[in-house]
Amino acid sequence: MKPRPSTGRKLTDLFVKGLSIAASLLGIFVLGWILFEVGARGFAALNWDFFTQLPTPPGVEGGGLSSAIVGTLIITALATVIGVPIGMMAGVYLAEVGKGTRLASAVRFTVNVMMGIPSIIIGLFIYTIMVLPFGHFSGLAGAVALAIIMLPVVARTADDMLNLVPNELRESALALGLPRWRVTFAVVFRSAKSGLVTGVLLAVARVSGETAPLLFTSLNSVYWPTSLSEPMSNLTVTIFNYAMSPYPDWQQAAWGASLLIMAAVLFVNIISRGMFKERKK
Amino acid sequence: MNPIKISTRGLTFFYGEQQVLFGNDLDIAQGKVTAIIGPSGCGKSTHIRVYNRIYELYRDQKAGGQVLIDGVNILADGEDLIELRRRVGMIFQKPTPFPMTVYDNVAYGLKMHYKLSRSEMRDRVEEALKQAALWDEVKDELSRPGMALSGGQQQRLCIARAIAVEPEVLLMDEPTSAIDPVATARIEELIESFKGRYTVAIVTHNMQQAARISDYTAFFFEGKIVEFSSTEKIFTNPNEKKTEDYITGRFG
Repeated sequence: MKPRPSTGRKLTDLFVKGLSIAASLLGIFVLGWILFEVGARGFAALNWDFFTQLPTPPGVEGGGLSSAIVGTLIITALATVIGVPIGMMAGVYLAEVGKGTRLASAVRFTVNVMMGIPSIIIGLFIYTIMVLPFGHFSGLAGAVALAIIMLPVVARTADDMLNLVPNELRESALALGLPRWRVTFAVVFRSAKSGLVTGVLLAVARVSGETAPLLFTSLNSVYWPTSLSEPMSNLTVTIFNYAMSPYPDWQQAAWGASLLIMAAVLFVNIISRGMFKERKK
Repeated sequence: MNPIKISTRGLTFFYGEQQVLFGNDLDIAQGKVTAIIGPSGCGKSTHIRVYNRIYELYRDQKAGGQVLIDGVNILADGEDLIELRRRVGMIFQKPTPFPMTVYDNVAYGLKMHYKLSRSEMRDRVEEALKQAALWDEVKDELSRPGMALSGGQQQRLCIARAIAVEPEVLLMDEPTSAIDPVATARIEELIESFKGRYTVAIVTHNMQQAARISDYTAFFFEGKIVEFSSTEKIFTNPNEKKTEDYITGRFG
């Protein structure tokens, strides 16, 4: 039997290979472009005042985004404090307590759906339950909105990470007479530690660039954040406002804020990658 | 025969709908080593996993019948599982040190069950590691992670951890199948040294091992106990044709 000539197949192979290389290079190129553009333009805006001064009206010299930086830190920290424990416990239910139950599959399905909900809808939801009834925007509402976005991310990664822990470890801890909750928190959690921390960091990175949910909840402010029940200044909404403004100095500040967020998210991502790698060793 | 520690009557077991144990009756003698042998999938591991009710981790697994330890049915509803598992320790096929230091691996279970001062705790940890013939090798590295030990050492660490809480029974589920021959020999010596102090039930694939270390042997086949007798009788003059076929390597 004479085999078919292979020239055609080799050509197809070459074509597919070329296509995939071109596509990945394009992706990297776009990412590099963004990093470069934001880095170059944003860097010019960064100076001591940027970090220490309150915003000034357009055209007024000096001024910075200290209030927005602190506001973003407060909102993100508060969102983490609310969202992580709930998400983590949901993950514990999925992977440990309720494993294999119908409720667990329902919860897992819900978590997956929640991951896909556009963040603007979560912003609108919090707007209707936490802003409208009180009649004003608030930093707390912003934090709750971000917490809701974090929740499924944390629950899902916790579920995945706990599932990676072999059952033998659970069995041997149970066989020693440890109560189930100790097995989970002292042995299984310890074993999955770096994965769980990675999940939390990724969730933080995920929400720190969110704008839409804050637009409807925390809004923005030109003042130093003093109360959680008032509108709170934050970087992303500031970027939105400043970038849309016609004033060059505001636009400049928006680039600076963008660079700051981008660097922070990049930093958190690199740390979490590093932690995950360390675990694999 | 010695006094009976564990007496199983009409034990059945189900994985979901599938029945894997069929009316097992077995007596485990106090202070002796009882080996459970049989081909893969015959239910021997499943059988001993009932003795500490560890199978209950899995929702779809169900046991029926009776397992009497010192005359009390541990399958009854009110059984205190934490105390049961303190009294009935278990060693698994794969060594599973907890992700903590060597010291804490042994101390963790102890802290759970006993209120001890710091120095009492140290003494008990040392004693358990000595009993597991591991002390000399790890006494200078108690603060290293348990995972950093070799496979055989890890398994002895698991044994130390199990005996630290002063169990009466030790269940061993193929404890040497994942470690090398030299380490296996050490663990066999260890089991030998446990005679009289602990009641040991050991599941093994290795018939020589059963012949070497056990006083009694039960031969399982397809979820039933085909023959149970003194190890000497099982390996020299079994009553059942099936037992003879298995120990002479004709199947399994």
